[in-house]
Amino acid sequence: MTELTGAWILVRFALRRDWVRIMVWVVSVTALVVATAASIKGLYPTQAGLDQAAAASAENAAAIAFNGPVQGLDTVGGEVAFQSGTFGLVLVALMSLLMIGRYTRVEEESGRTELLRATVLGRDAQTAAALAIVTGMNILIGVTVTISLLQQDLPVAGSVSFGTSFLAIGLVFSALALVTAQISENSRVASGLAGGVLGYAFAVRAIGDIGDGRLSWLSPIGWSQKIRPYAGERWWPLAIPALVTIVLLLVARAVTARRDLGAGLVQPRPGRAVAARSLGRPLGLAVRLQRGTIVAWTGGLFVLGFVYGAIANDIQDFVGDNQTLKQLMAAAGGASLTDAYFGTAMLTLALVGSGFAVQSVQRLRSEETTLHTEAVLATPVSRERWIASHIAIALGGSAIVMTAAGLGAAVPYAAQVRDLSQIPTLVGAALTYLPAIWLLAGVATALYGLAPRAVSAAWTILAVCFVIGFLGEVLKLPRWIIDLSPFQHTPHLPAAHLTLTPLLTLLAGAAVVVAIGIGGFRRRDVG
Amino acid sequence: MDTVISVSGLVKSFGRTRALDGLDLSVASGEVHGFLGPNGAGKTTTIRVLLGLLRADTGDVALLGGDPWSDAVALHRRLAYVPGEVNLWSKVSGGEVIDVLGRLRGDLDRRRRDELPERFELDPTKKARTYSKGNRQKVALVAALSSSAELLILDEPTSGLDPLMESVFQDCVREVKAQGRTVLLSSHILAEVEALCDRVTIIRSGRAVQSGTLSELRHLSRTSVSAETERPVSGLDTLPGVRDVALDGSRVSFTVANEDLGPAMQLLVNHGMQGVTSQPPTLEELFLREYGDTVAPRRPRSERDPTEVAESIGPGQ
Repeated sequence: MTELTGAWILVRFALRRDWVRIMVWVVSVTALVVATAASIKGLYPTQAGLDQAAAASAENAAAIAFNGPVQGLDTVGGEVAFQSGTFGLVLVALMSLLMIGRYTRVEEESGRTELLRATVLGRDAQTAAALAIVTGMNILIGVTVTISLLQQDLPVAGSVSFGTSFLAIGLVFSALALVTAQISENSRVASGLAGGVLGYAFAVRAIGDIGDGRLSWLSPIGWSQKIRPYAGERWWPLAIPALVTIVLLLVARAVTARRDLGAGLVQPRPGRAVAARSLGRPLGLAVRLQRGTIVAWTGGLFVLGFVYGAIANDIQDFVGDNQTLKQLMAAAGGASLTDAYFGTAMLTLALVGSGFAVQSVQRLRSEETTLHTEAVLATPVSRERWIASHIAIALGGSAIVMTAAGLGAAVPYAAQVRDLSQIPTLVGAALTYLPAIWLLAGVATALYGLAPRAVSAAWTILAVCFVIGFLGEVLKLPRWIIDLSPFQHTPHLPAAHLTLTPLLTLLAGAAVVVAIGIGGFRRRDVG
Repeated sequence: MDTVISVSGLVKSFGRTRALDGLDLSVASGEVHGFLGPNGAGKTTTIRVLLGLLRADTGDVALLGGDPWSDAVALHRRLAYVPGEVNLWSKVSGGEVIDVLGRLRGDLDRRRRDELPERFELDPTKKARTYSKGNRQKVALVAALSSSAELLILDEPTSGLDPLMESVFQDCVREVKAQGRTVLLSSHILAEVEALCDRVTIIRSGRAVQSGTLSELRHLSRTSVSAETERPVSGLDTLPGVRDVALDGSRVSFTVANEDLGPAMQLLVNHGMQGVTSQPPTLEELFLREYGDTVAPRRPRSERDPTEVAESIGPGQ
């Protein structure tokens, strides 16, 4: 047991530092599910209402692609699992992989692990402490979700299994993040790899759920949904995440036991001896620093777009002769089902792609706290030029990322329907979201200029946009809250018509907040 | 005397880079052992192997009688460590860090833990984010010195400290030594090593090139002599063991191997010696002799510019 010596002290130390962060995650996830449940009860007060909603969803491939498998939709519990399940599972997975990264590779990269490991600390203690904390968070989420659903008079078995589904995916992604933390010595890459698996999990289950559900067995999100909360629960599929978690933990442990502190499985390549000419300018330097981030997001969004594009052609076939749904679609503006599907797909891609913009602007802060900014500003580079160079990457990079997303969606669809004109249409639809993304990047810049320590609040804003985008209608959020999200003001092409006024307004807004950010940074202390 | 650290033939590679290339190191119980070398010589890598943070490729490493990799936890109860670069949790105060590290080690002398921040003029209530490099280093130093560990491993622990704090640090190390505890001190500051260390190991490119007490090392080296004589000295460069002769009218300076000191002095007397100063080699000279040729190709010493010799005598003399 000497391998675990000191783990308990690390757990308490981490709780002391991070209890606010931990509580915010747990409360947000729980609140999301509970609010959905409360709202659905109000939305469908009668069984007839539920039946109608179930019938509509069952035939709507687009809804299935974003929400999850059709199971038990004619019950309140089934609707809750359908509306908030996939979203909540993704959130819990994201939480798990980020928190694990924070307690393992981030600590190691900063050199703090060295300080700790030189004391009496077992080789597995830090890993065990990270796992204990994050598992604790996942259990807490599982329990609070279960209890709050029980309080809304939902069936016991369903509530317990729904709560357990969160714990299951949390465990899988905790263990996965422990493995990716061994692969790269760079914490950003480590979390990015785990995030890539999450993207895969989401995409595979979307394809699976639209089809006969078999493919969903290859997705960690699918595993959590195969226990069928509120839809004839079965417990044996839990064996899969349990087994996968154990295997991943064993792999992580085997690597930790052998590897050097600070090293990853992948050896970093040597760099150039002499800097390229472009590095002599702030913009060139910013490109060099953010190159990896841009490439990773561009690749990731292309793949996600590709998955959406590849299943688009099946959407129309799926509906068949469902009159109810056809009427619903007609009422929604007469767009074709495929267009409506792409409208939602582009919104999703834009929301995910905004993650790049936020991360890119955050780079300003991490450059500052690691004193890199100081070194650059000590040369004859003005503050404006330095901040502008990174903002240029955030804005320009977003355009690259969204183009890749649009292309990813367009190429397989255009090939299937043999219509090349789909490519400019869908790429255009993706790029329509740029003003909204830029506004978000601008808000992050303003935060950085005025309140640098609060810059990570930009992630919260993005999360709120996600909730508004996906659950705004279900939660019956008041109009003014829904209007807060710039993504709701963007015409959802190709389902809607292009109107320039909202786009120009968003652009103007983006310009204003970027200017505020730069102005704030000019005045404030650096460091 | 017991051996606390015993390393022989240690090899450690990172990819294609061979960081340690057959390193030998031996530290006896109760001594303060200086560990010297230029940047990138492998000092920190050696220390990380000793701490069980890196795994040795080949070679024998024993620390406090155990294997640093497999017995890490048990061995770390008996040692304390100060890294060269200290990074702390930004929202945690210095005092908290000291206590956490102490609790992890399971041995925190409360009296020293309360007294040391005062001696080092460290405010333990400040959050780590607001500390300067020197203050972060003080946090790690206080944490290590508050323990009663029998071995202290210090990796350039004073690189961020001002001269006043440097002297407080030296006092603390002397106290540790007086208690019979052992210190491995990696350092760039030669004056600090000369002031504190019983024995010194000098490493270069991952190998130990010199090891011994300061006087042993000096013995291997040369004495610098400068003298004033009535008549210009001639015939010095034909004497055995004499090099680096620089003649300037009645003034002469040269270096001489210690065993050849006699004839050289005799020659000076014969030329009417009026004044002489002689200096044993400083650590800095030893150091420069070992590393001088990494900067420029080695030339015969007699061909060197005399100003180089003057520089190599170094400050503090």
